[in-house]
Formats: sequence, C-alpha cells, structure tokens
Amino acid sequence: MPAADLRSIAELAPLVARGDVSPADLVRRCLARIEGRRELNAFITVMAESAFAEAERAADEISSGRYRGPLHGIPVSVKDLVDIAGTPTTSGSAVPARMPPADAPIVGRLREAGAIILGKTNLHEFAFGTTSDESAFGAVRNPFDRSRSAGGSSSGAAVSLVEGMCYGAIGTDTGGSIRIPSAACGTVGLKPTYGELPCDGIVPLSTTCDHVGPMTRTVADVRLLFEALTGQPLPTIVGRTRFTFGIPGGGLFDRVDAEVRGALARVRDRLVAAGHTVRDVEIAQAQIAPDVYLHIVLPEAAEYHARYLAAHAEAYSPGVRLRLEMGGYLLAEDHVRALRLRARLTESVDRVLNECDALLLPALAIPAPTLGAQAVEIDGASEPVRAAMLRLTQLFNLTGHPAIAIPAGRTSGGLPVGMQLVGSRGRTPSLLAVAEAVEGQITGGAGSVGGGTG
Amino acid sequence: MHIEDWLRAACADAEKRGLPELKALLETLARSTTNLRRADEALRAERADGGTP
Repeated sequence: MPAADLRSIAELAPLVARGDVSPADLVRRCLARIEGRRELNAFITVMAESAFAEAERAADEISSGRYRGPLHGIPVSVKDLVDIAGTPTTSGSAVPARMPPADAPIVGRLREAGAIILGKTNLHEFAFGTTSDESAFGAVRNPFDRSRSAGGSSSGAAVSLVEGMCYGAIGTDTGGSIRIPSAACGTVGLKPTYGELPCDGIVPLSTTCDHVGPMTRTVADVRLLFEALTGQPLPTIVGRTRFTFGIPGGGLFDRVDAEVRGALARVRDRLVAAGHTVRDVEIAQAQIAPDVYLHIVLPEAAEYHARYLAAHAEAYSPGVRLRLEMGGYLLAEDHVRALRLRARLTESVDRVLNECDALLLPALAIPAPTLGAQAVEIDGASEPVRAAMLRLTQLFNLTGHPAIAIPAGRTSGGLPVGMQLVGSRGRTPSLLAVAEAVEGQITGGAGSVGGGTG
Repeated sequence: MHIEDWLRAACADAEKRGLPELKALLETLARSTTNLRRADEALRAERADGGTP
C-alpha cells in the first residue's frame, strides 16, 4: 500500500492547498482501493463521475486562490443512511430506497467545506445492529480478518478509512454505531454531544438517541472534519497538558474480554507515566442502562418503521424485522419509566464528570466477533453478541455526552482494540483537546490505524 | 399492567400474526422490563425518602 494512500487529512491539506497533490489524483487512488477491495462490501454506491467533477471544481478554485480550508479537495465517504440529493438512500435494506431531492444539512456542510463525496457506505440494515451481517448489500467484512464483523452499524465507513478508500467518513451513532466499528477496525470516531450536529435528512432509528459524526484515522483529522460539520471554527482550548481521567467500574463495565481489559490497563499505565491522574469512579445506576436503552430505542424505531413494515415486512432482514416488531409491543407506561431513569443516568454521568476531565473505558468489550455469531463468551459466561457490543457505548447515547473512540493496539490475534473517552455535555471541543493530548498514550505509539490488509 | 399478563397477550398476538419466533424476543423484553420496573421503584423510593436526587 503506497504510504500516500494512508496520509491523514492534516498531512494532505497543505499539499492540496499548494497544488502539490491534485484532488483528482486522490479520487483516483481512492477509487482504485474501492475497486481492489470489493469483497469487503464497504460501499453501496460509488459516485465516481460526480467525484471527478467535484475534484476538478476544487482544483480550479484552489488554483484561483479560493482555498476553502483543510477539507477542500479531500475525498470522503457518507454512510448510506444520510441523504445525498439524487442518490438513493438505501439504509442497507431491500426495503425500497428513498430518493432524496435534497442533501442532508450535514452533506451540505461537507460541500461548503469543499470535500469531495466519493460514495455511500454499507451498514447494518437501518442502523439497527452492531455486526453488519444484516445488509441487503452483503455483510461488511473486517479488513483484519475477513471472517469477522467490522462492527456496526457504520461498518462500511470504518472499513473505507482502514483501506484507504477515503480520508474521512460520516457515520451515525444511536447506541455506539460510530464507536463500535471504529474500535473493531482501528480507526477514530466521534459521537458529538446530542443535538450538536443536525440529523435532518438522515433515516432515523431513535430520534432521541441518534447522533451523526465524523470518522477518520487520527484525532486531529476528526477535529478537522467535526469543525467542517459544525460550519464554524471550534474554540481553541489551550493551557493544560495534564488531565484527570475516571475509569468507571461495576458490573456493566467490568464484563470485558481479558485482552481488552489488558489493553485498558496498559493505557492506564501509560497515562500515569505521562503525568496524568487516573482514578476509579462509579456511575450510579449504570447497570440499568441496557434496559433503559431498550425501552426507549425500541418504541422510537417501531414508530418510524410502522408504515414500512405494513407495506414491506418481507423486505427486511428477519432479525431486524423481529426487533422492530418487538418495539410495537412495549407498554407506554414502561417507556415513561425509562425516561425517568434516563434522566437519572444523565445526572449520574454529569456527577462523575464534575470530578474528572474525561471518562476512560473501552469502546467495545470484545474484539470483532465472527460474522454470524449469536453469542460470545466473556470470562467463561456466554452473552448475546449484540448486548456485549453495545454495553459500553449505549449509556452515552441515552445521556447525550460526547464520546470518542481511539485505537489502542491489537489483541494477540491481531484484531484492533479501541478505547473511549467521554466528556461533558456541550463541551465536545474540550473532549477533542483532551483526546489530542493523550492520543499517543492511548495508541501506544502504534499510530491510529493499522492499515488493514496492506 | 402486570408483566406476566402483558407477555401472555403479546405472545398470543405474535402467534396470531404468524410471528412465533417473536416469542423468544418478547420473553427477553419481559425480563428487561422487570429490571426496569424494579430500578424505577427504587429510584422513586429513594426520592420519596429525600435521598440523593
């Protein structure tokens, strides 16, 4: 793999600005990578023609002195849950796609920043799963072991980054769908504070838990992409070089694969050695988060899909259909109870973040599971794959706190492990500043992406 | 509504709709709802006692 293919946006931007690298060349390289790795099923729609037209326009603007910023002329991918005008939004489903007349606002912001939209990435159908083996466009395969899941639901996005098919990606996250594939594939993914980026023009799963956010190879790049998506400069956070981290403990957080636990211990040691403070914390009531999540996401998803289930039930993957049908049976009184407990969980996370700069925990409790696996074993106990994969991320969808996944080395079998930093609500730029400062301690100096199959 | 009554009615409906495979998921949901109600009762009791809000 040519090194240029895996350069970061931060490295490429000045070269593009000076005219040393042409946007059309970047598009060509990315398209060649997509073509050469089709068996991974990362993309649903490749937009080669419009990408070359956008590259030509970017080159013209840059050469005439109208450089827009670090995203200008950079190819990015968009999860196929997000509307791009005139391109079908399939949601990874055989249910008839919608044909949007307009871009989602988030796509508009990419265009304003001059990014080149290369295509739409594969996902777990309707973003309702973590393994991406339920997609009408084929299971998304993990570049590090093709018999394994790339996580989900924004799996195609993560694979597109690992394999050099683009330089930045847009994902969505309702229970961990940006952070889980980032961890499974060794990339960086940011779920901002709830409501910080607009979810209009994106097929909803659970409107009160849905987030959209950037995925990249480095924290610096995720900051650049996030800044472009907000449409305004991020505040500069300066002055601090030492931070306090809280590692949540208790049943919910301790049920983690031994190799992932080992990676967390190594990160903890490196942070302490670098002069940071790391302490154990407890998030009150955290163990109820999976139950609260079910009683909020299921009815919200069932409400959106009711009309499509009525007309196209047979077009859904059987597992996705059943989970959606289940949501229709949930009692309103239990939904109200879940809302009350959700408020309590939000207070609990706020409280521990009053005592530290960020929470530190794995983004994914297990290494990427085998495609099709229904259960995994952790410390000798069997557990459904979906529950194990969501366990460490879904809490922060309920509470709306910003969270970022960062690669933290690999297992003995060569599979990526990802850590997660969680910051205070409404302070995503501060979380990014912390993440940039400690990225080296988290990755262990191995870099932010392993380069997949090379 | 008692969870046992809800589960019985939901399973009967799923059967009637030709979705018998939904029953296992509904049983899982029933266990989750039991946990949820227990946690909510504890929270309400805590607040009634003037404990930590």
